[in-house]
Amino acid sequence: MQIETTINNKKVTLEAANDEFLADTLRNYGLLSIRQGCDTSCCGLCTVWIDGKPTLSCSTLAFRAQGRSITTIEGVQQEAKKFAEVLVAEGAEQCGFCSPGFIMTVLAMKNELNHPTEEEIVHYLTGNLCRCTGYMGQLRAVKKYLEVK
Amino acid sequence: MLKILDLVQPESIDEAYKVLTESHKSAVLGGCAFLRMGSKTINTAIDLSKLDLNYIREDNDYIEIGAMATFRDIETHPALKEHFNGVLPKSVNNIIGVQFRNVVTVGASVFSKYGFSDLITALLALDTEVELYKGGRMPLAQFMEESLQKDILTKVFIKKTGRIASYQSLRNSSSDFPILNAAVSKLDNNWLVVVGARPTRAVIATNASEKLSNGEDISNSAKAAAEELSFAGNLRGSAEYRKAMCEVLVKRAATEVMQCR
Amino acid sequence: MKQVGKGIAKIDGMDIATGRPVYTEDMIPPNTLVIKILRSPHAFAKIKSIDTAEAENLDGVECVLTYKDVPNIRFTLAGQSYPEPSPYDRLILDEIVRYKGDEVAVIAATDEKTAALAIDLINVEYEVYEPVIDFEEADSHQSTVHPENDLHCNFDIGMKKENNIACTHKVQVGDIEEELKKCDVVVEETYYTQAQAQAMMETYRAYSYFDHTGRLVVVSSTQIPFHIKRQLARSLEIPSSKIRVIKPRIGGGFGGKQTGAVEIFAALVTQKTGKPAKIVYSRKETFTCTNSRHAMRLKVRLGADKEGNIKAYDIQGLSDTGAYGEHAPTVFSVAGEKTLPLYNKTNAVRFMGNVVYTNKMPAGALRGYGATQGTFALESAVNKLAKKLNMDPAEIRLKNIINEGETCLTYNGKLLGSSTLRQCIEKGKELINWNEKYPQKELSNNKVRAVGMAVTMQGSGIAGIDTASAGVRLNDDGNFTLLIGSTDMGTGSDTILAQMAAEVLETSIDNITVNAADTDVSPYDPGSYASSTTYVTGMAVVKAAEDLKKKIIKCGAHLLEVSPQEVEFDGKNISATNNTITLKKLAELMVLGIGKQQLVGNATHGSDVSPPPFVAGFAEVEVDKETGKVDLIDYVAVVDCGTVINPKLARIQVEGGIVQGIGLALYEDVKYGKKGGLQTNSFMTYKIPCRKDIGNIRVHFEESYEPTGPFGAKSIGEVVINTPAPAIAHAVYNAVGVTIKSLPITPEKVFMGINK
Repeated sequence: MQIETTINNKKVTLEAANDEFLADTLRNYGLLSIRQGCDTSCCGLCTVWIDGKPTLSCSTLAFRAQGRSITTIEGVQQEAKKFAEVLVAEGAEQCGFCSPGFIMTVLAMKNELNHPTEEEIVHYLTGNLCRCTGYMGQLRAVKKYLEVK
Repeated sequence: MLKILDLVQPESIDEAYKVLTESHKSAVLGGCAFLRMGSKTINTAIDLSKLDLNYIREDNDYIEIGAMATFRDIETHPALKEHFNGVLPKSVNNIIGVQFRNVVTVGASVFSKYGFSDLITALLALDTEVELYKGGRMPLAQFMEESLQKDILTKVFIKKTGRIASYQSLRNSSSDFPILNAAVSKLDNNWLVVVGARPTRAVIATNASEKLSNGEDISNSAKAAAEELSFAGNLRGSAEYRKAMCEVLVKRAATEVMQCR
Repeated sequence: MKQVGKGIAKIDGMDIATGRPVYTEDMIPPNTLVIKILRSPHAFAKIKSIDTAEAENLDGVECVLTYKDVPNIRFTLAGQSYPEPSPYDRLILDEIVRYKGDEVAVIAATDEKTAALAIDLINVEYEVYEPVIDFEEADSHQSTVHPENDLHCNFDIGMKKENNIACTHKVQVGDIEEELKKCDVVVEETYYTQAQAQAMMETYRAYSYFDHTGRLVVVSSTQIPFHIKRQLARSLEIPSSKIRVIKPRIGGGFGGKQTGAVEIFAALVTQKTGKPAKIVYSRKETFTCTNSRHAMRLKVRLGADKEGNIKAYDIQGLSDTGAYGEHAPTVFSVAGEKTLPLYNKTNAVRFMGNVVYTNKMPAGALRGYGATQGTFALESAVNKLAKKLNMDPAEIRLKNIINEGETCLTYNGKLLGSSTLRQCIEKGKELINWNEKYPQKELSNNKVRAVGMAVTMQGSGIAGIDTASAGVRLNDDGNFTLLIGSTDMGTGSDTILAQMAAEVLETSIDNITVNAADTDVSPYDPGSYASSTTYVTGMAVVKAAEDLKKKIIKCGAHLLEVSPQEVEFDGKNISATNNTITLKKLAELMVLGIGKQQLVGNATHGSDVSPPPFVAGFAEVEVDKETGKVDLIDYVAVVDCGTVINPKLARIQVEGGIVQGIGLALYEDVKYGKKGGLQTNSFMTYKIPCRKDIGNIRVHFEESYEPTGPFGAKSIGEVVINTPAPAIAHAVYNAVGVTIKSLPITPEKVFMGINK
């Protein structure tokens, strides 16, 4: 089926099967930052924004993008780089495979929460698994980023 | 692999129901978070996105939740934070992560009667009704007892009774499904004790509820809940452990309710 | 030092973090065949018949391959230097399937849906055998997991396949029974450590194609490109010279990718069809059909005198290698190798036991590689001894640990070159506030807080075996290219190796391009495992850079018409008393001009020793006495990894390892059903820690100087996973008096222990 949607502020028409998930559609469209780590809706790697909300693209059927606005890390490179610089300065990207989804969640949090506490930060980011870093460096980076703005 | 042969997006609930009942192997799509895990073939998938069921509304008597409202909507809605000591947001806010809760829908979760559900346990402790297109409006407890019919759950109503409620769960890892969960609520002298993830679906512990309503002490009532309910073992815990934890969680929930004024 | 010791950001950091397409799957060309695998539904069976006709006839199916289509040559998938100690006990596809998930047929089709459809069209008849599931019953079981006669071992590893014993191992110095008899106290306990999944975020994946000269190119997310090349050459009967293996960025490995899980299937399909082919494992396949940590049973007897001087200890082990013997002998021996030297005031030590085959997913390499298992057993026993003697567990360790300059019974007279373990323990005590918090403190509402500790050692590379080469080239523009074959899987090893080269060449890492892990281009390296890259490859890089520096000085002197002793090189200029030439000019002259000799520094390095890094780990937990739930509040890790080459990256390595260790301690458990089905096949059932599960983690370095390491460095990657399990178990004991002998420490086990 054809899906008319907005991807990274650009109106596009995508072709997708009924049972195709958005993560695959976006990768096929060339957005290779979309990673999948679990197949069971629980690792957060594939996080994109749908109408600004962080959402699992692996569990969203592609047709539901119809009329919505999809944002991937390719579409917010400027802000993503600002945070990535802090993250990388901490060494907390490690293998980097979970980083795009993680960064999309961090940026969504920044838009959604005002001056979050450490506890609120941890809570908001819990759905992003990471096997390399042990999370502490990510937390240091997020705290620095939000203070620095 | 999941297969969806045909997909419809009905403009009305009548139409949705018609497709559901008329075609073989049809299914209503919820949030779809669990859909990709199986290798189901759905002949006709019915998407309710066009039925404006994604809302949470409040009137004088009820909080009404549309079937397509997400767990994240529950978690962040001001009215739900305010009422019943925020028991509903508390019940869902540990589930996986925000991007998951932005996907999972209330209607699909309640309709599926998942044993591990955190939300159902909390809803059962409130004066909750569900509305089904065909089956009509009925108390959630009644719906939970009925066998699964081809129907569409459209709305969940929670009566604004001023119930005080507490939700407790025990998990191995904090993002895991619960080993056991419990919700206890009180309206005047009417208590409700609900235990879920036994690992089978949540039920009201009637003896325990009665004991608390009759003014018996919390420990005895919690013991009664553990005695009257059945528990089984799975990966997350044995039946024996669940039974022991039932007593602890019910006691903790009831104590918290008691301490609320 | 200008580069070493600096917390420099990873050279690939910004690109991988912001979503650039740099991983294996991102590079797969369009129209590549998709590979799917039909897997055994039985834990142990023989294929009686297999009918692939219908599947092959399906439109879009390129090939369906079974055991009839592959060479009858056994090999191992373990990524180890040749000759591998792991037994050659597998075929690409075998008539006998040995675990639920073992490969039965390889299907290649034009797209995923067709491949999936084809799988359903293959008809297989099995003769089902009684599987060996419980590893404690393997040696006496009626079934033989490996009945075949062509199984081959490169060494005598003590295999007794009729008893399902893959290998045996024994190290003994002194008369252990006699010495234990002489001890005032002997503690004895049997511990069980579970199988653990590596659970790297990027699952296994590879693709392959024939290049313009007909050579087979395999691109894979692997830790071991050179070993993969050798595996492919042997198993597919292709000359090694016709194979190239390339490693892009890796989304985590943790030892899992030290075993070749998928490359052979892609290569096989390309070999058979001539077409590009890709294989990307699902998370379920990754959990159920690759490899995990070896589950072990370890019985410890530990004897001491009344003053707490440890006189002798004996560890008897049994390890479960599953259906195939990848890493079976080495993981097991490491469990002893990294525990027997730790307390060296002994008269006798012994480590012995068997590794058995069972009909479960094979075990393999996972960070810690046996030391993790051995440390849990030994450290738990030491904590038990401290309790029995009523001594402070930190004191008993300070009394007994090996110190720098000392030897131990198993070191054959060699001396420990570096250690600050003593300072690590002292510092850790101070940071966790041990003297005030040990052993425990009751809180209100049925909770109790307590602390626990453990110490550990690992190695740095494999002594006498790991050999890495490195090259540094001076390019025409005056910049350098560092050529290495090690495999940065996110650790930052490409960066720290560049730091080392930059330090020697007195330049900054911006002037160094790192080219890594392409078997056509890179100098040989076994790959990144066994905590070898910083220590072994690092030393090769240092030597190669020094070689180049000498050549720069020599050529510079020649161009300046003075002797090499008369010039100085500061990274930018080669200067004599009254003349100077820039490095840039020198490079230009050597490569493009009159010099006619592009300067390259080369070196190969291996070490006779594997110097241990050390960690002292301290856990503070809060236990809910009514539920048994353990919350980790604080974890302090004090680390001796020699010189810290990059403090930021080293810190993240420690934190990440600690959290994997916390997972092992509290949550992670690869569980099998009675019939051998793996029950924990997703992140829904196999719980790695999420960020709410870990409490606070604090890391401190107590640097030592390792004389055999680059700039005094030792390893860090593995040692950091070992202490959480025993330290947390100790803290739980101190909190509620429950001894956890079997990991993980679930609330249920603690509750049942309290209410026994």
